[in-house]
Amino acid sequence: MSSESVIREPLITGGKTVHDVTEDISRRVEEKPTKLWMLAMTISLGLLAIGAYTVFLLLWHGVGMWGLNKTVGWAWDITNFVWWVGIGHAGTLISAILLLFRQRWRMSINRAAEAMTIFAVICALQFPILHTGRPWLAIYWMFPLPNTFGSLWVNFNSPLLWDVFAISTYFLVSLIFWYIGLIPDFATIRDRARNKISKSIYGALSFGWDGAAKTWSRYETVALVLAGLATPLVLSVHTIVSMDFATSVIPGWHTTIFPPYFVAGAIFSGFAMVLTLMIVTRKVYKLEDYITIQHLEMMNIVIIITGSIVGVAYLTELFIAWYSGVEAEQYAFLNRATGPYWWAYAAMMTCNVVSPQLFWFKRIRTNIAATFVLSIVVNIGMWFERFVIIVTSLHRDFLPSSWAMFYPTFVDVGVYVFTFGLFFTCFFLFAKFFPVINMAEVKSIIKTTGEKAK
Amino acid sequence: MSNTKFILGVYEDEDILLNAITNIRTAGVKIHEVYSPFPVHGIDDVLGYKRSKLSIVAFLFGVLGTSLALIMQIGMMGVDWPMIIGGKDFIPYPSFVPVIFELTVLLAAYGMCFTFFIVSDLKPWAKPRIFDLRITDDKHVMAIDLDQNKIDVAKIDKILKDNGASEVNQKTFDEA
Repeated sequence: MSSESVIREPLITGGKTVHDVTEDISRRVEEKPTKLWMLAMTISLGLLAIGAYTVFLLLWHGVGMWGLNKTVGWAWDITNFVWWVGIGHAGTLISAILLLFRQRWRMSINRAAEAMTIFAVICALQFPILHTGRPWLAIYWMFPLPNTFGSLWVNFNSPLLWDVFAISTYFLVSLIFWYIGLIPDFATIRDRARNKISKSIYGALSFGWDGAAKTWSRYETVALVLAGLATPLVLSVHTIVSMDFATSVIPGWHTTIFPPYFVAGAIFSGFAMVLTLMIVTRKVYKLEDYITIQHLEMMNIVIIITGSIVGVAYLTELFIAWYSGVEAEQYAFLNRATGPYWWAYAAMMTCNVVSPQLFWFKRIRTNIAATFVLSIVVNIGMWFERFVIIVTSLHRDFLPSSWAMFYPTFVDVGVYVFTFGLFFTCFFLFAKFFPVINMAEVKSIIKTTGEKAK
Repeated sequence: MSNTKFILGVYEDEDILLNAITNIRTAGVKIHEVYSPFPVHGIDDVLGYKRSKLSIVAFLFGVLGTSLALIMQIGMMGVDWPMIIGGKDFIPYPSFVPVIFELTVLLAAYGMCFTFFIVSDLKPWAKPRIFDLRITDDKHVMAIDLDQNKIDVAKIDKILKDNGASEVNQKTFDEA
């Protein structure tokens, strides 16, 4: 039996009972799609279609459709890849690390955050797959499969291969973690279903869940062990992504600070995206009693912490570049801040280091409009961070004769738009057909932290 | 199996339920199972369930993942097609760490989850016994199998009611 201090603010407001939780969340799955949802879905599918056309052009004509040149051989594709993977860090962090720390405020947001994680990783995966030019052969280039080239295997020394394993493991583990959490909630919808079709669909999705105490006991063990496994996994994914850069010898990439700095940046951008989506979902679905200002404030505090870690990392990079005495390293950073891409560096510094510091003011971090705007600013900043790291380190090559600039083509932009279409299409489908809040978990805390208990 | 008849005690509150389980078990009534809409803290202890061994399963699958990752990488890089890459050894152990870690986590997670599905009989085509549709909403239901108990129905009924059950129902499953 657990009890909690009465001084703490209730996590679920509005005097909700256990039955109210079922009603409020299941109703969204059962009702007919609203006009607003239809509109949102149309826009997402439109973006997806426009993007799909540019993906078609890319595959038809080849990767030359991107604005890459022989100096800047990595640009938007890897920037977008790292950006999406970073966004995909919040969900599993919320459900795994916050579960181990027994942070109950995670319960109202973990379902949607995990869904967002899975969709963001799907979007990220588009880039490594598409950049191969012939995705139908990519499976042989990415995975160690027996092949007809004299069993020529993949190279396990390559951080790019580690990435394949890290991202696919992260995707699969996040997926099963999310799905196991969904099973009891699908059972709730199955038992409320009035027509045969939804009864059989949600019946199959719920895997025959009956709520037996024995199954719940195993379920809790599984959730705890999965959280224990997913915690180092979350930290490993962006560590390995950062090694794509850190194990190279390019000035500006060849730094040992990359793994922790990338992980902090990933959590930073992930929480920002969760905030962007949750603020809208909360408003549209009228979930103000479940996702309270207190929840938003907690997430904003995580943003201040990770944003500050990122800021310290930027300054450390500058200091170490100077202190190392390596001219190439010093030039790389001087060029970042004052070279032709100074505007990208300035955008990164303002959005990632300065703007989250506004959350030190309680009035700002408890203000929904300010949080919404800042969450978008943070994600713009995090996109610029990757762009700065990647393009500014490459565009001044070892030979001044091959110095170049990078100009994106409409195919670069189009493929990015494609992933946005994909992300929002998935998210809106999720918001309509899946319970957006983990009902079973929220029900378990109603008695101790609901308003009536206080 | 033929007909299986159950007496169902419906409870509204988890603390009353936990008390009821203890009292009913001391009265000598065998409880078939208790069904809840959410995990009730401490219910395994009062029902006398042992701690799940799934964490051991996860560990064993993790060991399997570590071994497979090692065997795969040594076999491919060191035995089947040795190549000098960046002046490193044919079997560069430090380079193997990330893939070993990922496969350990992957196999531990999937091995444990699929074991959980199998032992708890969770599968898309499962036909569960649904004792009460409100179990997945807000009611806790205690099911007592009449075949397992040689006590009079009316007596069980009274024990359940005395221990805070808000209603007592009967349900028969016709199973082949």
